[in-house]
Amino acid sequence: MPLDSPAPIAPYPRHGSNSGQPLTRRDGELKVTGRATYAADNHPADLLYAVTAVSSIARGRVTALDVAAAKAHPGVVEVFTPANRPPLAHDPDVKLGMFGFRIEVLQDDGVRYVNQPIALVVAETLEAAVEGAALLNQQYEAQPARTGLDDGERYAPAAVGVGAPAHTAYGDLDAGFAAADQIVETDITTPAQFHNAMEPHSVVAQWDGDDHLTLDMGNQALVMSRDAYAVYFGIPAQNVLIRSPFLGGGFGSKAILNGPQILAILAARQLKRPVKLALSRAQMYGPVGHRGRTWQRLRLGLDGEGRITALHHQSTAATSSFEDFLEPAASASLHAYASPAILAETQGLRLDTGTPGPMRAPGEASGSAALEVAIDAAADACGMDPLEFRLLNYAETEPGTGRPYSSKALRECYSEGAKRFGWAGRPLQPRQMRDENGMLVGWGMGTALFPCPHFPAEARATLRADGTALVETAGVDMGQGAWTALAQIAAEALGLDPEQVEFRSGVSDLPDAGVAGGSGHTASAGLALHNAGEDAIARLAELAGADPASPLFGAGNIGVVARAGRLHRRDDEGRSESYADILARTGKSMVVGTGRMARDDAAAQAWAMYSNGAVFAEVKVDPDLGVVRVTRLVGAFAAGRIINPRLVRSQYYGGMIWGLSFALHEAAQTDRRTGRIMNADLSEYRVPVNADVPSVEAILVPEEDRYVNPLGIKGVGEIGVTGTVGAIANAVRHATGVRVSRFPIRIEDLL
Amino acid sequence: MSLSLRLDINGEPRIVEIDDPRITLLDLLRERLALTGAKKGCDRGQCGACTVLVDGRRINSCLTLAVSLDGAEITTIEGLAGDGGVGGERLHPVQAAFIRHDGFQCGFCTPGQIMSAVGLLAEGHAGADPERVRELMSGNLCRCGAYRGITEAVLDAIAAEAGAAREDAA
Amino acid sequence: MNRFDYIRPASAAEAFAEAARPGSAYLAAGTNLLDLMKGGAARPDRLVDISRLPGLDRIETLADGGVRIGALVRNADLAYDAGIQRRFPAVSEALLSGASPQLRNAATLGGNLLQRTRCPYFYDVASACNRRTPGSGCDALHGENRLHAVLGWSEHCIATHPSDLCVPLVGLDAVVELEGPGGAREVQLEALHCLPGATPERETVLAPGELIVAVRLPPQGAGLAAHSRYLKVRERTSFAFAVVSAFAGLELDGGTIRTARVALGGVAARPWRARTAEAALEGAPASPDSFARAAEIALADAHPSGENGFKIALARRLIVRALKDALAGTPEAPAALPASPFAPHPGADHAA
Repeated sequence: MPLDSPAPIAPYPRHGSNSGQPLTRRDGELKVTGRATYAADNHPADLLYAVTAVSSIARGRVTALDVAAAKAHPGVVEVFTPANRPPLAHDPDVKLGMFGFRIEVLQDDGVRYVNQPIALVVAETLEAAVEGAALLNQQYEAQPARTGLDDGERYAPAAVGVGAPAHTAYGDLDAGFAAADQIVETDITTPAQFHNAMEPHSVVAQWDGDDHLTLDMGNQALVMSRDAYAVYFGIPAQNVLIRSPFLGGGFGSKAILNGPQILAILAARQLKRPVKLALSRAQMYGPVGHRGRTWQRLRLGLDGEGRITALHHQSTAATSSFEDFLEPAASASLHAYASPAILAETQGLRLDTGTPGPMRAPGEASGSAALEVAIDAAADACGMDPLEFRLLNYAETEPGTGRPYSSKALRECYSEGAKRFGWAGRPLQPRQMRDENGMLVGWGMGTALFPCPHFPAEARATLRADGTALVETAGVDMGQGAWTALAQIAAEALGLDPEQVEFRSGVSDLPDAGVAGGSGHTASAGLALHNAGEDAIARLAELAGADPASPLFGAGNIGVVARAGRLHRRDDEGRSESYADILARTGKSMVVGTGRMARDDAAAQAWAMYSNGAVFAEVKVDPDLGVVRVTRLVGAFAAGRIINPRLVRSQYYGGMIWGLSFALHEAAQTDRRTGRIMNADLSEYRVPVNADVPSVEAILVPEEDRYVNPLGIKGVGEIGVTGTVGAIANAVRHATGVRVSRFPIRIEDLL
Repeated sequence: MSLSLRLDINGEPRIVEIDDPRITLLDLLRERLALTGAKKGCDRGQCGACTVLVDGRRINSCLTLAVSLDGAEITTIEGLAGDGGVGGERLHPVQAAFIRHDGFQCGFCTPGQIMSAVGLLAEGHAGADPERVRELMSGNLCRCGAYRGITEAVLDAIAAEAGAAREDAA
Repeated sequence: MNRFDYIRPASAAEAFAEAARPGSAYLAAGTNLLDLMKGGAARPDRLVDISRLPGLDRIETLADGGVRIGALVRNADLAYDAGIQRRFPAVSEALLSGASPQLRNAATLGGNLLQRTRCPYFYDVASACNRRTPGSGCDALHGENRLHAVLGWSEHCIATHPSDLCVPLVGLDAVVELEGPGGAREVQLEALHCLPGATPERETVLAPGELIVAVRLPPQGAGLAAHSRYLKVRERTSFAFAVVSAFAGLELDGGTIRTARVALGGVAARPWRARTAEAALEGAPASPDSFARAAEIALADAHPSGENGFKIALARRLIVRALKDALAGTPEAPAALPASPFAPHPGADHAA
């Protein structure tokens, strides 16, 4: 630890043992009985259905729409086009805030990408709305689509991802390469991928008058979105209520406003009736973000012992013709391995596509995929075992900045993962292993890494007269288990069993819980809840301490411990009183505590903070047919304090399966002439099925982090994707001898 | 045009009037009968989120015209749990197993997964073989990647059913 | 989806009359038709629901030892039929390797035979497709076509027929029984689907209103039961259409091949019977050399129709593998992963 580093935060107080328990999900029964209500399950009286008509060209303008034909279809109520689209209070071509993008909402007849909304049809029934949209028979004046490296416009971007630098250099790269005994180059391309949450983007919009709006919609950032909708519709933020008790998956695609939903809300206002809009699966391939394509090149300088002397990661990242979101892939090389010189740089490429956006492990996924393949190639070039090579190039401090890690149990991840997997004895050369059926067997590994962002968050905790509590924060459970883990954190702070804590969340009129993204929701909202709980306890203790009739009278300076619904004197735990008794005697119906996400900013600057892991993959490859099956995935991850191991394992499994999908399955197939996505569905855009995942394991490597935040929590939602893609590609290489240069790996690459 | 259908839905005989032959079973359930447990994930039979039982067999309700089902018996996720008395609900063994094994995350595909698993049990082709369970659950996509828990839950339910059958025989 | 009239005929005769009218389409389970209608690739004026026509849902053993399968028999029922599993195991394996359990529970035999290509340009109404709209062109030809046809295609259409079931059926000399306004007739399954030529819109030899009522498997096919295999290469382990699939069936005379049947799926606009390969195999020793030679012959006329040249090599290798598997003996029990090369193959002789 550097001498001038801040002192460690005192170990968090433990009021009970809620945290760390593998509780089943609080919302489990609702979800298995079909009573969990997702946006499109809402059905207010007098409901209308809205369906967008979408463009089939990638660039140009709409010259004709047969509105009369659509309107003549029985049941069609209205057709909105640029000619009659009601006004918005905010120019959709002006970005709104950090996560705000330009949005296509019929502001003109221009077409910027395939599947852009070009009209909205509203009808009494869903069937009529769908057919109405089909009858518009749109005509275009089309311009050539720019769909690849050859025809897209290249540019030097101001930033990548959400405001990260496009060019980061540490050390002297030229000197590093000059000092190298060999230089290993790796080229990797990654495709456009679509979030494809199982729940299509949906909204049920209801207006009360012209200035009160209620939205049922899956949303990953409730308060931020509420504020943005208020701006678009020119009404006060408190007049917008977003209800998002359940999301059928988000993965980043439900944090950003999109055109179809805004149009549906406009239609509801104009027609003075509730409107439901749910995108079709095909319509999700355009206006709701995707992971942008990358073309990456890595150059690694290596000395005679296998140490990295220089690391150069270049990426060309595709975005839309009109908006910037560049997959920050090259940034992955800034944090993973020790190197005296690192250069990460990104070039932009404008294509006629919808604007990309953050998709589970944005940048880290595609960057790690390339980096881990490059590292494997480097180990190969040095004749070294891939694990040995990674250990030799282990980053003891953050590369470039030299900051110490707040915690980094990566060595333990490597060793525990390798042990569980049985890595020892792996032959160095490819094509050395076969199974009993003659299948080629390969083993590969990758390092997993994900930063620990925190977001502003607030919460409220109310201790009630009966001794139970209500905790509230506008958090989001999109499957990660926030309802459960956040309630555990709150219960612990309140000294209550989670069963005694009513957890209210998923509505925008609660205290702002920030964004469910960046793997930072549990830490951020959790800290707010923890602090709110402690605040409520402190207020209760104040009441008791001031009450001569309480056994806790005068405990003020000594302090109390909250446990199992009672406050105990710290110096004499035998003297205690239940919350209910304290409240009853003092005549209060409740005490309310509030809290916000807070951590030591100096610590946040002084320490490098990452979740870490190691992923090991076994693949089998048919030597004649080139088909691949991932027969084993073992991940070992260290992410600080684990609130609920059952849920965290599920997050790791899910992340690793996303890695599998990246490595072998998913890719948008864009017709290079037209920009049309020819597999805009769930059949030919392949995500893994159950049979693709015969064995996935996650090891929770213990790790205590006293600096990352007062709870010691890091993130777990995205790290599983990283490491896994490379591990699988490297296993394929080990099985077959083929080093791939594109994802997903395809049969023809291995024949 | 008005068509009158006789349907048994979750054990309750109903006469359902529809005015449009285009209505799928899924849209009938979701938009007209307030049974929103079955989900629309793709509307093309590619994801399984809409799985329900028709005459005891699991099918994709999104690819079935309601009008063609006159006389059919339909079971949805809402009809699976037994009545547990006032305020209570007795979960079907598959439902309970899904909770126990964390066989879901976001929960959107879950009604379809569970109805598919119930269908799988009735079909009786999986035995206790995890590979067969995985294969026979492959018509239900889960983007969250809860496959391990799903497979374990289904195996658990198969084992419980086999145990119950042994007890009955004894 | 366009509005349509829904008709549930009381008799076959009524069905034929309704279906013969322009704009009519037969509806059975609808698993493919509804998919097409939702995307606008099919817009029938009238659906003739044949799902309740009597007598079309039976599997019967015929006096000659053959099997007659009614056109409304569901895929799952056919796949798990004990007689089919015993005597025509590749039919069962092919069925179980297709689609998903939910779809197999609904989809019918007749519908499987008549399902349309999964070419994305056929589905996408904004694309040119001669098969959907005659004369409009073929956007697949220079488009995203790595999974398209390598045999029997023309510059007018490079689509493939997606059925798994049809591959062993065509190899087993299945006969399709038709009835329609003009009476009853039969065609060989091999002749049911048309190659595109200049008229890809003509997908089958069916006349307007004509209905598949049954498929017959001749008894000779059961002679292959001990040595047959259906294998399918696909891009995920389950619930995916074939990149290439192959059926191989052998009857052996010691080490010599007495009868050989080879068929391919995913390579042409119809299930592809490789008769020249069969001829090369019959009388030859059951050896890797013979299999390799047969595979060469089977693909002798193959040409890439785009970025799909790999499918030719893949098809050759798959034929060799299927023949090797067939030689080793039909697996005792249905594979856990039907038709997958990853299904462990015990090589035990099939108890026919």
